[in-house]
Amino acid sequence: MDTLGVIEVLVRVLWIAGAVCFVLGLVRMNSPATARNGNLLSAGGMAVAIGATVVLILARQALGDGFSAVGWIIIVLGVALGGGLGLYTARSVKMTAMPQLVSLFNAVGGGAAALIAIEDYLNLAGANAAVPLSTNVFIVLDIIIGSITFTGSLIASGKLQGMIPGKPIMVPGGQLVTLALAAVTVIAAVILFVTGTPNVALMLVILAAALIFGVTMTLPIGGADMPVVISLLNSFTGTAVAMAGFVIDNPVLIIAGALVGASGAILTKLMADAMNRSVINIMIGGFGGGEGTVGAVAGAGGSVRDVSVDDAAIQLAYAERVIVVPGYGLAVAQAQHGVRELAELLEARGVDVKYAIHPVAGRMPGHMNVLLAEANVPYPQLKEMDDINPEFPRADVALVIGANDVTNPAARRPGSPVSGMPILDVDHAKNVIVMKRSMGRGYAGIDNELYTLPQTGMLFRDAKEGLSELVAAVKAL
Amino acid sequence: MIPQDVLDLLNNLTIFTLAILVGFAVISKVPATLHTPLMSGANSIHGIVLVGAMLIAAEVDDPIGYLLAFVAVAFATMNVVGGYVVTDRMLQMFRKKPAARKPAEADAEAQA
Repeated sequence: MDTLGVIEVLVRVLWIAGAVCFVLGLVRMNSPATARNGNLLSAGGMAVAIGATVVLILARQALGDGFSAVGWIIIVLGVALGGGLGLYTARSVKMTAMPQLVSLFNAVGGGAAALIAIEDYLNLAGANAAVPLSTNVFIVLDIIIGSITFTGSLIASGKLQGMIPGKPIMVPGGQLVTLALAAVTVIAAVILFVTGTPNVALMLVILAAALIFGVTMTLPIGGADMPVVISLLNSFTGTAVAMAGFVIDNPVLIIAGALVGASGAILTKLMADAMNRSVINIMIGGFGGGEGTVGAVAGAGGSVRDVSVDDAAIQLAYAERVIVVPGYGLAVAQAQHGVRELAELLEARGVDVKYAIHPVAGRMPGHMNVLLAEANVPYPQLKEMDDINPEFPRADVALVIGANDVTNPAARRPGSPVSGMPILDVDHAKNVIVMKRSMGRGYAGIDNELYTLPQTGMLFRDAKEGLSELVAAVKAL
Repeated sequence: MIPQDVLDLLNNLTIFTLAILVGFAVISKVPATLHTPLMSGANSIHGIVLVGAMLIAAEVDDPIGYLLAFVAVAFATMNVVGGYVVTDRMLQMFRKKPAARKPAEADAEAQA
């Protein structure tokens, strides 16, 4: 074996080492205590894999292909631009804007995977040789999945950022357009597979159809379904990267892509289960009316009782056990620091405070946990649904902040849009205080029966201002 | 005899299948508390596509190729760098006990 051969082997060994770091890093994500370490390990593996690739390219050029100045200029400029943008956005983003940023990073990952396949296909077309079926299949899959992820994640990110309305956007005949695009893509792909000759025009048709498909697929999906969509798109990107690995015959891309594809698939399933809806049903979209589209309908279906800030403060301050139920309203109002301040005041008075986290509260899996962690809430206080539900009957006060459908007892009966959805048993608490801006309906577009229960008091406030009033009132006691 | 290209394909499919199984086994144990960092961390891992983008960039020799490779490298690097940095920012916030820090400091961090 010549020198280049030895280097090629060593680089592949280092790629395996990188893949091992990814797996071990993910294993360490199993506990908050080791998770940060795990992420650093994963980043280390990435650095090793990329460093090895630099060595490989240098060796190939020095010992064979000849130096390609343009290639290096492209790499250096690309890394500088992408790295700068990534670093800047990642460091400057507010924690409440996390879901859209993760979605944006997902988009560019999928886009890069698609570009690799496109470039590879153009090369094959330039050589004008017959393309083997296996190469063809992976190139086409990579282009399709990568492009759908690219535009789909951009739309999801835009919706989360508020640049595109979060409510389901239904275009007349939109489902037909989506179906037609899918049909065009499949037909073009089959023609490419059967003929086996490179056909750039058909490849561009597939590319365009997949890009538009990503848009039409994501537009009709409403805000509260975003945890499912983001997980699914994350899974797609992983798969696209694995396909890119098949295209350029690179095992580390296949391994890393498959890992991410699997993790995204699991999260998607968990999120869909937490809403008791199928992934298909969610992706078809159009569910509910989107938050706030139905105006204030005070008293609909029963009478509600207002509670004053002072009364609420007294209930909380003299309780033994309080369970806080945060929802997306907390994130919108950026009230996570306020809730921690209130909880600390209550704990100083000897109240036991816990947080009940519904799996789909917020806009991405685990969204509430990150927000509360940012506000310095210790993670052992954050309880998952199954752990906290048995504790509601013993709770003196359940404080619901900006959460709606996940607390609706109607979910336990058939015949409602939320039927069968696992909910937090807030109605079992002795007293319930609901802090929300108005009687506006939640995502499912139905009235929340919790609000008309005798033990429920409504505190009509924005979460941030309501919490600061509560803090002041508790301090004054 | 199995032709070499079919053998390569089978090898790649083996790796792919096993990696998916490893992914399922590892991820299904992650607690809901860490779902956001998990997703964000997984997000950074698929930034490995940068390796592919670099290999392509080193070999392109026409203007369209230059453009595609440049965008691919930039996209992939943004994915890698942004992904890991943002995941680290999230994870450093997870604490077992409330750290003693002044509210002003927390607010400043929230503004940053």
